[in-house]
Amino acid sequence: MGVWEAILITVVTAATPLLIAAMGELVVERAGVLNLGIEGMMAVGAACGFAAAILSGSTILGILAAIAAGLVLSGLFALLVLGLATNQVASGLALTILGLGLSGLIGAGFVGTQREAIPPVYIPGLTDLPGGHVLFGENPFVYFSLALAFATLWFLGRSRAGLTLRSIGENHASAHALGLPVLKVRLAAILFGGACAGLAGAYLSLVYTPFWSPGMTAGRGWIALALVVFASWRPLRLLFGAYLFGGATVLQLHAQAASLGIPSQALSAFPYVATIVALVVMSVGRRSATAPGSLGAPFVPDR
Amino acid sequence: MRQMFKAAAAAALAAGLGAAAAGSASAQEKMKVGFIYVGPVGDFGYSYQHNQGRLAVEKALGDKVTTTFLENVPEADSERSIEQLARTGHKLIFTTSFGFMDPTVKVAKKYPNVYFEHATGYKREKNLATYSAKFHEGRYVIGQIAGKMTKSNVIGYVASFPIPEVVSGINAFMLGAQSVNPNIKVKIVWANTWFDPGKEADAAKALLDQGADIISQHTDSPAPLQQAEARGKFAFGQASDMIRFAQKATLTSIVDNWNDYYIARVKAALDGSWKSEDTWGGFDANMVNMAPFTNMPDEVKAMATKTTADIKSGALNPFKCPVYGQDGKEIECKGKGALSDEQVLGMAFYVKGIDDQLPK
Repeated sequence: MGVWEAILITVVTAATPLLIAAMGELVVERAGVLNLGIEGMMAVGAACGFAAAILSGSTILGILAAIAAGLVLSGLFALLVLGLATNQVASGLALTILGLGLSGLIGAGFVGTQREAIPPVYIPGLTDLPGGHVLFGENPFVYFSLALAFATLWFLGRSRAGLTLRSIGENHASAHALGLPVLKVRLAAILFGGACAGLAGAYLSLVYTPFWSPGMTAGRGWIALALVVFASWRPLRLLFGAYLFGGATVLQLHAQAASLGIPSQALSAFPYVATIVALVVMSVGRRSATAPGSLGAPFVPDR
Repeated sequence: MRQMFKAAAAAALAAGLGAAAAGSASAQEKMKVGFIYVGPVGDFGYSYQHNQGRLAVEKALGDKVTTTFLENVPEADSERSIEQLARTGHKLIFTTSFGFMDPTVKVAKKYPNVYFEHATGYKREKNLATYSAKFHEGRYVIGQIAGKMTKSNVIGYVASFPIPEVVSGINAFMLGAQSVNPNIKVKIVWANTWFDPGKEADAAKALLDQGADIISQHTDSPAPLQQAEARGKFAFGQASDMIRFAQKATLTSIVDNWNDYYIARVKAALDGSWKSEDTWGGFDANMVNMAPFTNMPDEVKAMATKTTADIKSGALNPFKCPVYGQDGKEIECKGKGALSDEQVLGMAFYVKGIDDQLPK
């Protein structure tokens, strides 16, 4: 494996959790709900995924537990913002605080426990080709995240259900008047977002750095949230943005290791700057990239 | 953004503590001792070791004091967390990270009847003492081990922030490595964080990909060790014995030990003999220890053991003169036969042989 192949593999590893969590949030926001609780759901997903994997000895059960944890927390969020029509920003922030605290509690007994990382896929023949490790030797999560991105693209752009979801996100009053089930669709979207965040958390504690430690999400939930905005709520741009961010993160570390003489603080800021600039440039000159019309507004169905 | 959720978490914690403190105020006249940590106590590194110190205080003096702690307190926004402890009747407050320095000074001026202790800083007040450990003594030892164990002659160093403690650590490491291997190179990556497992892992990967075969770290999570283990390379643990995370890769860990110091200071506060002073102990004061030397040949083990003993007895100083700066010029020797404490505590230059630019 050459250095470039190694770099590409690291880029993909760094981008994958962002991509999964952000893709979930993209669907939530296209349905008109702003969930700021990704960081909290990721943390609980990481804790539950790791705990379940240790207790059961099964990676699959760990992943399922992480998804379940994301579903439960996002269900709670849905209860607040859909059932009680509470302020979405406040509820989302509360969810993050709750999730970070809860993850510490759940993971307390597992601090310092060690587990093997999920091995990458190995396809005889293909993986050994030049560059094959990048294309055919990734972790199962990576392939899933790519499938997720394209499935979301198809769902939002090509399916009737996706059209319904988008119209609810654009104008929930009109959608309601047309007889579309606003709250049900939003509930489904929120749960999907929760499952994705939980899964992204499991990726952190089972693949990326296979141990549990409180605070190990280290702000990735917030970066995912920002990526959704900068990708102007489009799946393909989000895919591009996540990989760009992951790539810039890894490249700046390599630039430092190669001691190119660029100040490390500037290099540390580079991923953020590069991602913002690239996505803003992409948005300029096209149809104006606006947020879903009903984003963040509570909806109370009239009788 | 990271600061934001940490602040929120800290605020929530502080609020919870406030409530708890109000509830137990009538229970007993025990002295309250507070601790502020920059990371989670579960980091199995720096904050974990401080918390071990707190637990040691509880164990030794539990009949006379109660302790509380706030973890994950962001450095930039720590003032209100410190003040929260001062306001809720804590008589002695330890703030355990460099970045808490100015907030601690501010709060200490506001609460003259509360004793404060700030770790790894240099600003003192009548009621604010400072303490730190000579981590660089351990760094010299692991530098020697790395110099002996490396095959590629390239060492990877995952650093946190360019503050004197970290810079003097890098220099001590390099001097130790050069003392046994003149051809050694150190590649440095600044992660600009104390704790972000994913980023630390990526930094370690980048260093390994560029030819390093031993990883040293001055960040707090075991992620770099795990990367070394996964690649069949070697690494050193930080702040606590991290061998549980990498059985085959861990050569040793530099272990901080705050237990004795915390117990002594709490005792002093109890009997009224507490004074503002600066404590800076190393191997000799048992504030820094080396974890068992593992995964290395016996002769390297013997060398590391001897170096540790020599530093402990004072026979060897990691910064013994002459020390040369990056430009090859000799650094003025302000101590006796070695750089002075002030020079080490304020270190802002690289020694000769380090091929990197120190971030300003």
